[in-house]
Amino acid sequence: MATGTILRMTDIVKRFGHVLANDRVNIQLAPGEIHALLGENGAGKTTLMNILYGLYQPDSGAITIHEKPVKITSPADAISMGIGMVHQHFMLIDVFTAAENVVLGSWKPAELRMDPATVEAQVQAVANQFGFDFDPAAVVETMPVGVQQKVEIVKALYRGAKILILDEPTAVLTPQETEELFRCMRDLIAKGVSIIFISHKLDEVLEISDRVTVLRLGKVVGTQLTKQVRKEDLAVMMIGHLLERMPKPARTPQSPGLTVKDLTVIDRQKVEKVKGLSLRVEKGQIIGVAGIDGNGQVELANAIAGIWPAASGAVSINGVDMDARSITPRRFTDLGGAYIPQDRSHTGLILDFSSGENLVLKRYRQPPFVKHGFLQHRIIHENAAKLLAQYDVRPPDPYLQTGKLSGGNQQKVILARELHEDPSVIVVCYPTRGLDIGATEFVHQQLIQHRSQGAAILFISNELEELMEMSDKILVLHRGEIMGLVEPAATTPETLGLLMMGQKVAAHE
Amino acid sequence: MNDFRTRFTDAIRAQNFTLPLVSLAMALILSAVPILIAGRNPIVAYYEMMAGAVGGPVRIGVSLTKATPILFTGLSVALAFRSGLFNIGAEGQLYLGALGATLVALGFPSMPQVLLLPASIGVGFLFGAFWGVIPGYLKARYQTNEIITTIMMNYIAFWFISYLVHGPLREPNSMYSYTAEVPQSSRLPVLIPGTQLHAGFLIALVLVVATYILLSKTAIGFRMRATGANPEAAHYAGMSIRKNIVLVMALSGGLAGLAGVTEILGIQYRLSDFFSSGFGYDGVAVALLGNSNPWGVLLASLFFGLLRGGASSMQRRIGVPAATVLIIQGLAVFFVVIGVGFRSRRPTRVLPGRRTAGVDADPDRAVPDAEKEPDVAEDGR
Amino acid sequence: MELLTQLFGVSLFAAAIRLSIPIIAAAVGEVFAERAGILNIGIEGMMLMGAFGAVIGSYYSGSPWVGLLSGMLFGAILGLIHAYAAITLRINQVVSGIAINLFALGATTTMARILFHEQRTQVASFDELAIPVCKGIPVLGPVLCEHAFLVYLVVAIAFLSQYILFRTTLGLRIRAIGEYPKAADSAGIRVLFIKYACTVFGGVMAGIAGSFLSLVQLNLFVDNMSAGKGWIALTAVVFGRWSPVGAMLGGLLFGMVEAIGLRVQALGLPIPHELLLMLPYLATLLVFTGVVGRTRAPASLGKPYAKETL
Repeated sequence: MATGTILRMTDIVKRFGHVLANDRVNIQLAPGEIHALLGENGAGKTTLMNILYGLYQPDSGAITIHEKPVKITSPADAISMGIGMVHQHFMLIDVFTAAENVVLGSWKPAELRMDPATVEAQVQAVANQFGFDFDPAAVVETMPVGVQQKVEIVKALYRGAKILILDEPTAVLTPQETEELFRCMRDLIAKGVSIIFISHKLDEVLEISDRVTVLRLGKVVGTQLTKQVRKEDLAVMMIGHLLERMPKPARTPQSPGLTVKDLTVIDRQKVEKVKGLSLRVEKGQIIGVAGIDGNGQVELANAIAGIWPAASGAVSINGVDMDARSITPRRFTDLGGAYIPQDRSHTGLILDFSSGENLVLKRYRQPPFVKHGFLQHRIIHENAAKLLAQYDVRPPDPYLQTGKLSGGNQQKVILARELHEDPSVIVVCYPTRGLDIGATEFVHQQLIQHRSQGAAILFISNELEELMEMSDKILVLHRGEIMGLVEPAATTPETLGLLMMGQKVAAHE
Repeated sequence: MNDFRTRFTDAIRAQNFTLPLVSLAMALILSAVPILIAGRNPIVAYYEMMAGAVGGPVRIGVSLTKATPILFTGLSVALAFRSGLFNIGAEGQLYLGALGATLVALGFPSMPQVLLLPASIGVGFLFGAFWGVIPGYLKARYQTNEIITTIMMNYIAFWFISYLVHGPLREPNSMYSYTAEVPQSSRLPVLIPGTQLHAGFLIALVLVVATYILLSKTAIGFRMRATGANPEAAHYAGMSIRKNIVLVMALSGGLAGLAGVTEILGIQYRLSDFFSSGFGYDGVAVALLGNSNPWGVLLASLFFGLLRGGASSMQRRIGVPAATVLIIQGLAVFFVVIGVGFRSRRPTRVLPGRRTAGVDADPDRAVPDAEKEPDVAEDGR
Repeated sequence: MELLTQLFGVSLFAAAIRLSIPIIAAAVGEVFAERAGILNIGIEGMMLMGAFGAVIGSYYSGSPWVGLLSGMLFGAILGLIHAYAAITLRINQVVSGIAINLFALGATTTMARILFHEQRTQVASFDELAIPVCKGIPVLGPVLCEHAFLVYLVVAIAFLSQYILFRTTLGLRIRAIGEYPKAADSAGIRVLFIKYACTVFGGVMAGIAGSFLSLVQLNLFVDNMSAGKGWIALTAVVFGRWSPVGAMLGGLLFGMVEAIGLRVQALGLPIPHELLLMLPYLATLLVFTGVVGRTRAPASLGKPYAKETL
């Protein structure tokens, strides 16, 4: 294996608004190496690679290739320098054939004619050269995801990529397809390609990479040789440590407030995101749901709340049994359900509306907010003023457009709306994402209070400290299935981390 | 250079020129060019135009008369816009409305006015509503793009009416293809003697108020606005997006239908296929100028009415072609739209494409690629 | 049966072709624009400007060829304005198109009054050709071989466009942009430039369509002479499922229907020609709503594209 450095990114800084996505990040790639970039979602991995690929421009920092400084202002630049990227969401044109996708954009100015047969033959040749196998004439839409990924990889290789970036490639693959991918990766290394492998999956990183760089909240935590590091250490580097626990009143077992049986959810891309899952939340209990983003949590929450109904299964809300397919948002609300969605600005609120209007979004048809079909604006806004004060929204102006509030205050508006009617079942999805400490505290307090009042709360989060503080029990979700149900007192972040990565551990208690 | 260009266009886009006046001023300035080429003084021309528009009760009557059909179609389009729908079909809907009114008026000539007039208007409204519901239903059920369907419906309506007035409904023994005159008892009373200004204008004013009340003060209006502003949140909140689409298209179609009704019962007194000079499309322009707000639409249609009322006068008196006002109108719309920018923060989705926001809200957002531009309103307090 | 022969005589088909050309020209241009994701409702206005521009050019130079170029130029300028509004400023494309229509109607009517004091000023126009060998062919000869040069040009462009769009690398790029601009960008394609180019091309073709109206069908400019043909062109694009040859067939359908309608009127036949004229729209509506076959617009049609957003 050659020595030296093929790629070096130095002190990369990138901001989006107030958020620092990359905070002076340094990373190097040696020739013939598989270098893993490890971190949770939001850690800054994809941003960094998008900078390398020319989709974003860094605010500051330098990139060198073979120790020569380069400026990458567009994907075309990156491609010309031998950098190829396979994105998490494939950049494929569904209605084109595999060959058309591979050659897209690759011609020299003079080349105009495109004969399908020739193109397919060319693509086939490159695919064979690197050991990939698919039908170049097949339309991408008809291909399974694993094969689509191969097309994406061949696309990069066809353009002469020597540095290949793979962004969470195994997120959409079965274990078998993953093994296949790793075999291909090793082949590519043997053929002179160097690979940056973005992932949050510990096992795979340990299996396939030579070196690993861990990112957390935009900063590099450390870079290690893979064979010199332990799983547990990586987990801690990635996830962080425990905070002080919040006092929670003790509870006695109660009847269930929310039951889910054999729930299966299929998303729009026809992928099964929740696989025959069953769970039970008692009244006055908080069940935390842990897991890396994208393992079915949002789909689970949406299915229970009726936003995107399940494909099959049964649900019992506040004692009322029903087929999971028949839940609608309105039914869920009528049965005493409240849902705090993960995307507050786009799903939970209408930012153009005033806070007063947002607070009655679900109840605008009920008296006293409506009389003979007419909205009672005064009552709506008086009610809103009370709520806004109670939930400490700043500024507590019911006529102010909600879009003008900060994220923390927007979340409080949602809480005010959802929690004020003392719901019996509360589904919460990443409620403190992007909030500062004060707002986070507030959210936690509210939920604990409602727990004391007997609500059954399903609490989905990817912040382990938060989950361990808040939950009576923690469910770990991986690929739409439950990996384990643990008590916070009897577990550690490391164990949770391993469960989240899909490693089944002996269930506690 | 690139940097400057980006900043310049960003500024244009971000600027909240809720001063359509500035845009108006620019439109007037640019429209002075052809006037100058014609060898006339633009200031004099605009003066003559204004004089022709508001100089005296008769001229005001003319301006208001010209504003009336556009006011109806403007309300129609604005109502649809506020609910997130593009109703380009006002033209066809107004033809159907005209047909409905004519059929009732001609069909019951002996009915007393107190019954016949409201009946004709009501049926006209229903015909227009029906013509709007068809594309509405297609959109609600199949997510078919309403821009294309409503344009098709315009032509189908036009040719159907054309067929009727050339054939089955044609006035016998006439050189022209139109229906017989509608009876006196079905005609809208004239408001200012000596002018053509008819009660349709008053109806339109009432509807401006009604639309305002509907949108701002009723629960149904709340639902419409919510769906138009953010279909996903509306769905999350339990609102039925489908029912909303059909209802809005019905109301919108009915309003446009009234444009046709009032033109027939107030001006033409008979149905033909040439009574509309594109009022439906003017409605789109006026709705945009008025920022889809009923009062804005009122002002914008009055503006158009004034321009057109004064145009013929301007042409007659100093020889500047009346069509100049169309230039002013086109430029005004253009500049206002550039100035006001997007209605919502995200680019307006014109066609459904892959993701149909609304009928099925998209549950998989921000997952797993949480590293795209995060929530920017993030500054603690 | 005598009626039928009177109706469907040879000259009907020739007339159908003539009437369809402006629609075909505009539609082919619009296919490119829409395939690149830009919806151009302003075709009607661009056609009208093209017609006017052509007359201006021919008037001041005495040559219809200059007129043609002038018409193309006027169309291109409006196309550029729409491109700037839709692509760079990213304002709503429907709005931009309608504003252009209003403006074009006003500008052409006004300027025509001002420049041509005498209404109905005639200008040098294109004559019909009579292609030597071709015109001798029985039946087909009179139908196909006695048209003005512009007819053959437009048909040639239609076929060439089909080839370019589906058989060249450029066409693949354009179609990729229309489906998923982010993917095209990621593959190194100059998305914005190509969008601009296709929109301007649409304007040029609309200009040619207009020039045909004022320099071939007639030899003068008449107020609002595009008379809705731009809207028909939009319909033809949908009918033809966003392919140039499909749009050409759609245009021919509309041309044929119009020709039959005119013929029916001229012969005083008791067939309601309006219903006939309604049919193509009904057909397109059915086709588009999937009642008959499935049609899908380019996925990103009408959506503004912005870099640096995922």
